Amino acid sequence: MTNPAKGAFARRLLASAATLAVATMTSSAAFAADELNALVWCDHTDPALIEPFEKANNVKVNVKEYEGTGAGISILEQSQPGDWDVMVIDAVDVHRIVDMGMMGEIPADALPKADMFPELLMEANNSKDGKIYAVTEKFGYNTISYDKTKVDPKDMEDLSIIWSDKYKGRIALYDYYLPMIGLVQLGLDKKTADLSDADMPAIEEKLKAMKAASKQVSDVVSSQTALATGEVDILVGGGEWITASLSGEKPNLDWTVPKQGAVRWAQSIGVMKDSKNPALALKFVQYILSPEGQARLATSSCYWGMPTNAKAGEHLNDAQKTALRWNDQAGYLKNTQLYPVPSAELDKKMQDAWTNMMQQ
Amino acid sequence: MTTATLEQTERRKAWGFVAPALAWTVLFFVVPFIFMTAMSLWSRQGREIVRVWNLDNYVRFFSESALLKGLTNSLEITLMVTVLSVLLAYPLAWIIAERVPKKWQRMALILAILPFWTSYVVRSYSWLLVLSKGGVINNALMGIGLISEPLEIASNRIATVIGFVHFFVMLLTLTIYSNLIQLSPNYRRAAADLGANAFQTFWHVVLPLTLPGIMTGAFLTFVLCIGDYITPQILGGNNELVLPQIIMLQIGRRADFPMAAALSIILMLAVTLAYIACARWLKIERA
Repeated sequence: MTNPAKGAFARRLLASAATLAVATMTSSAAFAADELNALVWCDHTDPALIEPFEKANNVKVNVKEYEGTGAGISILEQSQPGDWDVMVIDAVDVHRIVDMGMMGEIPADALPKADMFPELLMEANNSKDGKIYAVTEKFGYNTISYDKTKVDPKDMEDLSIIWSDKYKGRIALYDYYLPMIGLVQLGLDKKTADLSDADMPAIEEKLKAMKAASKQVSDVVSSQTALATGEVDILVGGGEWITASLSGEKPNLDWTVPKQGAVRWAQSIGVMKDSKNPALALKFVQYILSPEGQARLATSSCYWGMPTNAKAGEHLNDAQKTALRWNDQAGYLKNTQLYPVPSAELDKKMQDAWTNMMQQ
Repeated sequence: MTTATLEQTERRKAWGFVAPALAWTVLFFVVPFIFMTAMSLWSRQGREIVRVWNLDNYVRFFSESALLKGLTNSLEITLMVTVLSVLLAYPLAWIIAERVPKKWQRMALILAILPFWTSYVVRSYSWLLVLSKGGVINNALMGIGLISEPLEIASNRIATVIGFVHFFVMLLTLTIYSNLIQLSPNYRRAAADLGANAFQTFWHVVLPLTLPGIMTGAFLTFVLCIGDYITPQILGGNNELVLPQIIMLQIGRRADFPMAAALSIILMLAVTLAYIACARWLKIERA
């Protein structure tokens, strides 16, 4: 059997190789009629996603990968107007870029809204003052991933397991405070949208209990490696994006949406206001939202996630649909909530609580 | 040409040689440093960076135990790594310089620096596989019946230190080796003639003469180790944050560059103090 951890490395290396390949292709940009500069997350660096668009339109897509909205904002602040045509960003952070005056309006009739899962239209996030600035392109869940051969799957149906002692030392925590604090809020039977300063003391208490029961707090690759190698049996904050790409090699790994629900992550794509080639940029957005583009993005080499276009299913095979739990989405969408969208001050308090938790 | 004119010409020549390096340093170190210092005195309020000078970021650092602990964790791990690396690298360098035949020394050095050829990130993840519960070490120990339960050697400080030491032993080996091979054998012969045994020769002659190499390598180790966040992130399991990780946290989502700048200045101060200690007590500048 293939070692899954090696598989994780291979995917990582593949993602790096993809970035390199795209960068190399950039050098031959002179051969293309047009160029598109895209500020993206690593799933968009997969040649399997980018190349069909390039070939179909005789263009070069130059991708720059970033992690974290803060890093994305700093890249924008250091760029000249027109440097970027397209940007991918956490759906809950679209307004941050819109408020900076950097996102351009997208005509409503240019988007396949009728084909998208209604819950993923997320107008409050992607629009402002009646204007559309971005569109949700991929989503998934921050929930509980686990090894079903080592834990009782019934235990995973209750979020309070994440701060109980039953699996002490066998739990990894995903290292991103926003969805994790959202999960704790759900575990306390409250809504992520209602999260406020008043909830923070109770959240901090549970965060500390969660840390005491855990073995590690880790990023995507480390989390996946820990779960795949048996270093831990549960990953809090995981989901299909951790286990789906391992489904062939590690069928013992599973994930669930507990009875209290889970946090839904979503990423959006938009055209920059000062794009030098807005028509091509819009065409790229439309390609990403097309059923073919969505299927390729959903199964990108960097990480998997659910497509927002319901017609993408026609381009996914059965194994891919099973790994993504394609048929369960209606129930999951009902039982999941978006990331909390904190004010800047609350955001700071949440980050401080997370830092305190890690240093305890 | 008068002596004064000659001196002026020489001085101009000297400046001509120094100028490019000076310009480089000013452009890529002094200017960014000044900017970073200024930024560390600003503050992030809400979504805005307020450009009013104050010491809020530094006050926050010294008043929040989680942030202060980042510095103490960094210093503890760095010192541990530096000492262990020196203790391991010295015998290795000595074996290569003294015991390996001349014609094989180059090959030995290539083998020593082989780990540098792989990506830092890949190397850290490889260590994770070696140290994890189902990793090479635990499997081997359980296979031969030495242990019945896997040892907890991943996702903690031990793992971080192992990862770092593996990397820096090679670096130190190179600096110490270069010192050892420059050491004239006459010193040891003279010590032996004066009645010193092997240990006394090493302790009173060889070690002091190779201290510059040790300190250069140790300082490099200190600088690289205290500024790294990847190894603690991957191997330490984020169970204790080091200062560079806290800096990354400030930038990652909130783009709190003033706080990140203040923490970076504190990190630089720690490195500067380490340099002063090296230069003052071990006279590294005269090496």
